[in-house]
Amino acid sequence: MARHWRAGAAGLTVLGLALTGCVGAKVGDTAAGAKNADGSCGTFNLAVNPWVGYQADAAVVAYVAQHDLGCKVTKKNLKEEIAWQGFGTGEVDAVLENWGHDDLKKKYITDQKTAVSAGQTGNKGVIGWWVPPWLAKAHPDITDWRNLNKYAANFRTSESGGKGQLLDGDPSYVTNDAALVTNLKLNYKVVYAGSETALIQAYRNAEKNKQWLIGYFYEPQWFMTEVPLVKVDLPAYTPGCDADAAKIACDYPVYGLDKIVSARFARSGSPAYQLVKNFHWTNEDQNLVAKYIAVDKMSDEAAAKKWVDANRDKVEAWLK
Amino acid sequence: MTTAQTEVPQWRRTSQNPEDRTPVISVRRLWKVFGPKAEQVPQSEELCGLSRRELMDRTGCTAAVRDVDFEVSPGEVFVVMGLSGSGKSTLVRCLTRLIEPTSGEVVFEGEDIRGADARRLRELRRRKFSMVFQHFGLLPHRKVVENVAFGLEIRGMGRGERMRRAREVVELVGLAGYENSYPDQLSGGMQQRVGLARALAGDPEVLFFDEPFSALDPLIRRDMQNEVIRLHHEVGKTMVFITHDLTEALKLGDRILIMRDGKMVQCGTGDELVGAPADDYVRDFVQDVPRGDVLTLRWIMRPAQDDDALDGPELGPDVVVREATRAVLAAEKPAKVVENGKLLGIVGDEEILAVVAGQQGGA
Amino acid sequence: MAAVADTSGPVATWRQKVTRPMAVGAILVAWLVLFAVLRGRQTLTLAAADLTSLHRWLNDVNDTVGAGRDSNPLFLYFFNEIRLAIDHLVTFVQSLISQPTAGRPVPQIGWLGVVGIAGYLSWAVGNWRVALLAVAGFTFFGLQGLWQESMDTLALTLSAVLVALLIGIPLGVWAGLSDRCNKIMTPFLDFMQTMPTFVYLAPLTLVFLIGGASAVITTVIYAAPPAIRITAHAIRSVPATTVEAADSLGTTRRQQLLKVLLPLSQRTVVMGVNQTIMAALAMVTIAALIDAPGLGKTVVQALQSLDVGTAFNAGLAIVVMAIVLDRVTTAAAGRADTARRTGGALVRWRRPLLAAGGIGTAFLVYVSHTYVYAAEFPGDGTAGTHIASWADTATTWLQDHLSGLTNAVRDVITYGLLNPFQTLLTDSPWWLVGLTLVALGAVLGGRRAAVTAAVCVGLLVGTGLWSDGMTTLASTAVATVLVMLLGAVFGVWMGRSALVDRLVRPTLDAAQVMPPFVYLVPFLALFGATRFTAIVAAVVYAAPVAIKIIADGVRNVPESTVEATTSVGCTTWQIITKVQLPVARGALTLATNQGLIYVLSMVVVGGLVGAGALGYDVVAGFSQGQLYGKGLAAGLAIVLLGVMFDRITQAAARRTRA
Repeated sequence: MARHWRAGAAGLTVLGLALTGCVGAKVGDTAAGAKNADGSCGTFNLAVNPWVGYQADAAVVAYVAQHDLGCKVTKKNLKEEIAWQGFGTGEVDAVLENWGHDDLKKKYITDQKTAVSAGQTGNKGVIGWWVPPWLAKAHPDITDWRNLNKYAANFRTSESGGKGQLLDGDPSYVTNDAALVTNLKLNYKVVYAGSETALIQAYRNAEKNKQWLIGYFYEPQWFMTEVPLVKVDLPAYTPGCDADAAKIACDYPVYGLDKIVSARFARSGSPAYQLVKNFHWTNEDQNLVAKYIAVDKMSDEAAAKKWVDANRDKVEAWLK
Repeated sequence: MTTAQTEVPQWRRTSQNPEDRTPVISVRRLWKVFGPKAEQVPQSEELCGLSRRELMDRTGCTAAVRDVDFEVSPGEVFVVMGLSGSGKSTLVRCLTRLIEPTSGEVVFEGEDIRGADARRLRELRRRKFSMVFQHFGLLPHRKVVENVAFGLEIRGMGRGERMRRAREVVELVGLAGYENSYPDQLSGGMQQRVGLARALAGDPEVLFFDEPFSALDPLIRRDMQNEVIRLHHEVGKTMVFITHDLTEALKLGDRILIMRDGKMVQCGTGDELVGAPADDYVRDFVQDVPRGDVLTLRWIMRPAQDDDALDGPELGPDVVVREATRAVLAAEKPAKVVENGKLLGIVGDEEILAVVAGQQGGA
Repeated sequence: MAAVADTSGPVATWRQKVTRPMAVGAILVAWLVLFAVLRGRQTLTLAAADLTSLHRWLNDVNDTVGAGRDSNPLFLYFFNEIRLAIDHLVTFVQSLISQPTAGRPVPQIGWLGVVGIAGYLSWAVGNWRVALLAVAGFTFFGLQGLWQESMDTLALTLSAVLVALLIGIPLGVWAGLSDRCNKIMTPFLDFMQTMPTFVYLAPLTLVFLIGGASAVITTVIYAAPPAIRITAHAIRSVPATTVEAADSLGTTRRQQLLKVLLPLSQRTVVMGVNQTIMAALAMVTIAALIDAPGLGKTVVQALQSLDVGTAFNAGLAIVVMAIVLDRVTTAAAGRADTARRTGGALVRWRRPLLAAGGIGTAFLVYVSHTYVYAAEFPGDGTAGTHIASWADTATTWLQDHLSGLTNAVRDVITYGLLNPFQTLLTDSPWWLVGLTLVALGAVLGGRRAAVTAAVCVGLLVGTGLWSDGMTTLASTAVATVLVMLLGAVFGVWMGRSALVDRLVRPTLDAAQVMPPFVYLVPFLALFGATRFTAIVAAVVYAAPVAIKIIADGVRNVPESTVEATTSVGCTTWQIITKVQLPVARGALTLATNQGLIYVLSMVVVGGLVGAGALGYDVVAGFSQGQLYGKGLAAGLAIVLLGVMFDRITQAAARRTRA
């Protein structure tokens, strides 16, 4: 028994020496990130809504805030509702891409006064009804809404109860589709896929297997770089045609996507606020970075770096 | 591995008249009724008289113990006997209030048990009585000696002292050497010895046994019965013993109470039950008992007649027939049954043979 | 008592003449006939974006609570304190193992230290086999390139489990001792386990802010009920004779609890800890929706770009963690008994070995604290990349080759079974369906079940979501039928053959623990965004439970019974249908009950893939402010459906066993 003890102790000692002896690079006191800070930035709480386009915005803004301004950026993955809720509690400083949401604006900007607008991002949001490219090519007249009833039978699925299926996606996205179908007297039924993932997968399948599909989609969206969907023209939007939700019979307006910050953040004078206020880019810019992330599977940091390095001049404009 | 074998003791003789001393336990008009509004049953003349089925239909209640009266004298082994459903287990639990009696009186050493508050009841349980259970009830995560010391631990005795006492008792019950084993490492008989030791450790006044040997093999059962008898001789405690086995009852009990359907049928010494059964039920019950082992000369003697020789051997009236057999048959003259100098009767060959051979005798 | 009363009188004779299957059949026929006549009337439909006054009222309540957040003293002094306490706990654990802390670019204990601790602790509470498993599992996280995420998840899970046990075990002891407490608590526990998490996620962040506290509390709400229930059960399972013996020795209640009840229930309580951990891990991906760090976040983010590979990689890490924690806690439960039995020799070795192990582990911790190679997991996680690309390839292959078959299956079941049944439910007048449910409840489960059904039907109408409820009910019923089919087939197979059991069981365990989000994308590719996809996802989640229960039931059929029938000359099929299944009837009913509960818990996930109805309503409520009230009402509707069918099936189970 004593022999076992001695052998065991010897073995452990050898192992211990080996572990400490070799590769002795110690954990230094290296601070995380570039702390060449003038300290005036501090922490910047950035909400990240769950779509890849936003993720692209957030990647670039966070990258610039960290490397150029020395901020400590905390990204929080939240749906829009929760993010806006966070303005009041100080947990969220900025939302970089807001699609309309007049209801939230009324609640948090007008009524509770915990948030303020920070200008446009320069992206134009186009929501509408889209079909896969093979379908647009095979039946070019399908892009006019007046022909939709002609093709309704082709869009029938097991979920649409005998009518054509109009596929909607994530419930957090603004949608007038149910009213549109009724008011335009279309023989279609709105089927709720429930998530953007489901919607994108459906389009992917449709293009690949040449299936008939029409659904709610929007631009800018990374998926467009993989499958360039074709928009169906509904009656043109005129101001005020969407005032009564039940009577909507026109297309979605073009949204100027804007940025929302918390009132507290706006008053703080942080350089990050200036960055957010000045941040703007085009649909192509966003789609490119979104493609890096979603299709090329680059990390947020790498995708942002790639774009920033290639567009230094644009970034400089934000930092002025 | 066998434990120390206990020698087979003599058949006990019936002990002194139990009416002499003040009773340890006194039970009067004890009732236990299960069901809604149980209290109304003992109070109502009419309901008392109903059969089990009728009572169930009428009130939804079951009377497990009906109007039971008895007394237990100090140092006696009092056996309660009956078949399943006779209420004997319920009865013994009522005596320690493990089950609350519905009505009636239970007096222990002059103290009304039913009136005791929770604190007093705990004190009584810790010091005055303890119980041995059919399925042992040991704590499987504790060693034997710790199990035995459990009662002492409950009452707050220090560790050293209670372990010492526990070891004493472990030796007393013949488990020396097994102090540090766990219950699941012991056989059934040994586990019950642990149960016994645990009950004895607290030095109670009364020991209650709820069918303690029913779960054991017949051979072990016999050993354990002898063990109980030996302990009773050595320690002399009052015991209340529940069983459904008549042979066990006759072997161990000073007095036996037979119960049926919750009611008392007959209460008396073994020879009284065999010699003078109260009704057909008891008679049926004791049918298979070897009468010679239980009956005493008192039951088979006949009055002295003129032509009897009166110089035969003298024997007491409480001598068991079997023991007298050889003496009477060997002597050429009939034996005299004498008590305190007075001649009570004669026992001759015919009387003996009638019992031994023909199973006749008594009323 | 009532059962005795039933068998007398004229009512009894009638009841004896009409058997249960006949009664059920009659009810169903009546329903079909009336449906044909009254179709389309009073169906209580509600469009997707419409709200009832109840929903609007709930919205207002939510808004008022939110507006008062900064001033309400309840918030300031009570909830805030709880939040701070839990936040500190989580941050502390995270700074130990997963997140960089002040001044350090890495956590206090690096990978080598954590692996060492995992191995040591597993060996200390279990045996060397699970210790090896723990070491292998934890190292695997690093190889997958998911070390930090795994540690984040572990930190969150352990914090949640700690809180859940702190609350759960005392409550469980109380419920075990007091019948009244048990009766009061059971509905709350049911509620906590069946209410979809989505419904209370948003209000939770309102009260406890975004961060570790909300994530932990979400998990605790789901994970505490198993702890409470199993502890209560453990206390009640202590043999009555032992308790009586202790009682007869004059124990106080406190002595009884500490010296008898707790030690004897120890093993079962440790099983409860096991179940708590499993429940906590099930919440990992949902907590990611409120920014909880860890593997859940990886999964959710990967879904946005339909990156099946990355999602699968992270999902696999969750499965591995679940397996490791499950085996370690199960070994801990058995250790106390086995150590005693093997006797003294090993025990003598143990203490010095434990001390030596402790020193070794402390040393590893020190090394991982100081040296980079032991702090950051070496390598690039190439194993993880390989796993991801394998998963991607497999999914693509499946999509390419099986789409035809899967679409066909989907259409057959949808047009043949689901649509007709759904039409029957949604197009009948609501009172007709309600009456049918109550009647079925009475026949199958007795008076109490019928009353429960009536109350639930009434409340369901009150939520304003009757039509959606019926749609969900149809999908749920079809899913449960499929689950029972799988359960019967695989359960019997596994019950009869120990070898098959050993092979299939790990797959079942993995299917239960793998986050559903992971296999959603392939299912979407195979079946499209349809109710059928939701049904398949629910079946994958619920079938393992049913299979395991039925397998256990079949295995518990007494050997002697099976032997007797074999010796009479029965074929295998006859043995199964005439002996094993009937004798395992109790297990079949339990499997139906559990299968249905698990299917219902997948309703919300179904809403994400095209199920519509209640699942979609809940998801919508979580995403849009004006739909919040409707989402809450939908969550209540799901709970009501669950309660109604749980009570009916449980009552039916009691009757079949009697």
